Amino acid sequence: MEGHLNLTLKIWRQKNASVAGKFETYQVSGISTDMSFLEMIDVLNNRLIEEGDDPVAFDHDCREGICGMCSMYINGRPHGPNRGVTTCQLHMRSFKDGETITVEPWRASAFPVIKDLVVNRSAFDRIIAAGGFVSINTGNAQDANSLPIPKEDADDAFAAAACIGCGACVAACKNASAMLFTSAKISQLALLPQGKVEAAKRAEAMVAQMDEEGFGACSNTGACEAECPKGISLENIARMNREYFSATFSSK
Amino acid sequence: MAWLAKSFNSSLGKKLLMAITGLFLISFLIVHCGLNATIFLNDGGVAFNEGAEFMAHNPIIRTMEIVLFGGLLLHIFDGLRLWLDNKKKRPVAYAVVDGAANSKWYSRSMGLLGTLLLLFLIMHLKHFWYFSRLTNDLTESHTLYNEMQVVFQSPIVVIVYVLGCISLGYHLLHGFQSAFQTMGWNHPKYTPTIKAIGAIYSIVIAALFAAMPVAFYFNLIQ
Repeated sequence: MEGHLNLTLKIWRQKNASVAGKFETYQVSGISTDMSFLEMIDVLNNRLIEEGDDPVAFDHDCREGICGMCSMYINGRPHGPNRGVTTCQLHMRSFKDGETITVEPWRASAFPVIKDLVVNRSAFDRIIAAGGFVSINTGNAQDANSLPIPKEDADDAFAAAACIGCGACVAACKNASAMLFTSAKISQLALLPQGKVEAAKRAEAMVAQMDEEGFGACSNTGACEAECPKGISLENIARMNREYFSATFSSK
Repeated sequence: MAWLAKSFNSSLGKKLLMAITGLFLISFLIVHCGLNATIFLNDGGVAFNEGAEFMAHNPIIRTMEIVLFGGLLLHIFDGLRLWLDNKKKRPVAYAVVDGAANSKWYSRSMGLLGTLLLLFLIMHLKHFWYFSRLTNDLTESHTLYNEMQVVFQSPIVVIVYVLGCISLGYHLLHGFQSAFQTMGWNHPKYTPTIKAIGAIYSIVIAALFAAMPVAFYFNLIQ
């Protein structure tokens, strides 16, 4: 069939966090090259349900690349073979007919498997809760122009804020380090005057939480930046290091 | 000072220690390589032996030798600590990893390259540091230069030295620019220059060091 693929899928199946998982092999046929990777898994799951089997559990929500829910490690890379996309935006035209595709969950001790390809990423939420916010007094919003912000700073802060917290950086890193995520969340606030007030306390608290969650250290391989669907830059990690070490000497 | 210990025990602090000690060792290599490169003057080791003599008796250099061993040990132990820590962070390994798609092999292999370098270094210290400091074999008629001529007659030793220098080159190629990134020096103005200097430094240092045993083995210098 023109534009249709027959594929062999090796998918990680794991009942829950406390039992060991293993790979199961599935054949799928007649997959349209216009389908997204998740739609291809939907086709497989429909069949599994009809056959009375347990469908493959996977995370997904918006399916338009902005929510950060989908999280598949495909053929040795987070979000598959293409750069700058999430799994939901990965289309089957990126694969060849007859190909064997290996699908694994994000693997990190800080991201325990809930089921199959679904991992618990609440460690990220706890890093944010530790300091990834700005304390403000409530009341009327002040005039936007009362706080002058250079365009470059606004752009850098916005680029850091593009992080969707999917965890591809952790999945790609040989040390399962969360530095790219944490540094983006520190940077998006540290670059702006509203965030500078609590910058030292924030850097210390978020790094401490990151370490406590069991993420690794940074080897500066750049794998996270290369695999990030939102193109978060390594400059953020350098900024986090500056923020953290200046906080070491200045915080009270 | 508990605050400082806490900072250096964090995942960021351990890396900062790697960066600082790494850059210190990088600065040492410039001195070491520069002095040894005087053998290429082909003056029968006169300049080299003079330099070695100065290094052996200058009190500042003697003190720095202790600092150097301290820095080296810190670099080794901190690297070992990071390796042990990081190893625990992914208890279930991936079945398929396409590392080449997103990073350089040597950036992912710093621990391995460092281990090879340590093994090489043990042999290297035995050859020359042990000989000149801890034995009485160093005399007017048998200088450090003469010892190099003797040691580098063995083809196996020469091959191991060249392999050691290749490991060093790749270790530096990642380590040089990585140290600046860890110290927070990442800026559109400086980073391209840092990376270029790092690449040139790594290649020049590794090539010069590798050329030394090869030159002795093939009698290219007397």
